[in-house]
Amino acid sequence: MASTLKVPVSSSDHIQGDEHAPVTLVEYGDYECPHCGVAYYIVKTVQNHYGNQLRFVFRNFPLTEIHPYAEPAAEAAELAAVYDQFWEMHDGIYENQDRLGIPLLFELGGELGLPPNRLRDAIANHEFSDKIQGDFLGGVRSGVNGTPTFFVNNIRHDGSYEFEDLVADIDAHLSQAKAVSK
Amino acid sequence: MAAKILSPGTTAPDFTLNVTPDQKLRLSELRGKPVILAFYPADWSPVCGDQMSLYNQVLPEFKKYGAELLGISVDGAWCHAAFVKDRHLHFPLLSDFEPKGAVAKQYGAYRDKDGFCERALFVLDKDGTITWSYCSPVAVNPGADGILRALEDLPK
Repeated sequence: MASTLKVPVSSSDHIQGDEHAPVTLVEYGDYECPHCGVAYYIVKTVQNHYGNQLRFVFRNFPLTEIHPYAEPAAEAAELAAVYDQFWEMHDGIYENQDRLGIPLLFELGGELGLPPNRLRDAIANHEFSDKIQGDFLGGVRSGVNGTPTFFVNNIRHDGSYEFEDLVADIDAHLSQAKAVSK
Repeated sequence: MAAKILSPGTTAPDFTLNVTPDQKLRLSELRGKPVILAFYPADWSPVCGDQMSLYNQVLPEFKKYGAELLGISVDGAWCHAAFVKDRHLHFPLLSDFEPKGAVAKQYGAYRDKDGFCERALFVLDKDGTITWSYCSPVAVNPGADGILRALEDLPK
């Protein structure tokens, strides 16, 4: 019984790649989760491998009880999105995950030109909690059971997040999509 | 092969188990509220976002239905206490410790060969009748979507 994505990808998502790409990869991730930190580099490789054939979407799934900086990091990334810099912040956090903390978020915010008082308020007031919590609950409803969880064209990817496993799944959907369009 | 766990329509067998080293909880004390029983193999699962951590994070959603969540494994009460503290769990973990697995056996959720519980989920209505149950392969975290659907389906 494969779990399926219950919340369709929409303009309120953070999306990389061609909107007409035949395959969409959705990740539910937590900025403090070390597995997500490893998967981050694998996803980059997968994106390079497929080019405009693949669209990538990142959704929040912070496990705040075990990862105290997951939520502040998600707030920082959502604020960056307001300034059109979501992916820059997302990448910056994962590439420096070993020193994730409030100072790192301000350092990255500074590099991206985010107003420090806006960043401070977003973190302190959980300004984007509706969006972050909405992502989380949509994930729970879709059968996300830990982080990272991936969906390939709306079907949960139950293999590992290793390159070969992700590519095998994406290839299968790609050939399906090609067969349909013929 | 999944175990034969108690199915919907069955009255949930009552039990009394330790919830802390010096405190016991009786299932029937929770009558009047929906109850989620989550049997699981062991504390200290090595992965992030293991089943109990996930449920801890989804707890506010369970509470919207007025439901109580109980985690149950054969780990001892002291082990549970350390695990609860480490993972900041906000719901009780019960020790099916002595005689080992006796409650899990009543629910058909004990793995004789391994000596620990199945990953088995039960949702009970406010009268203590099982309305939904699910046994996941032991290596697969079943997530929370099934529980939420079962809670939704309870009569208001």
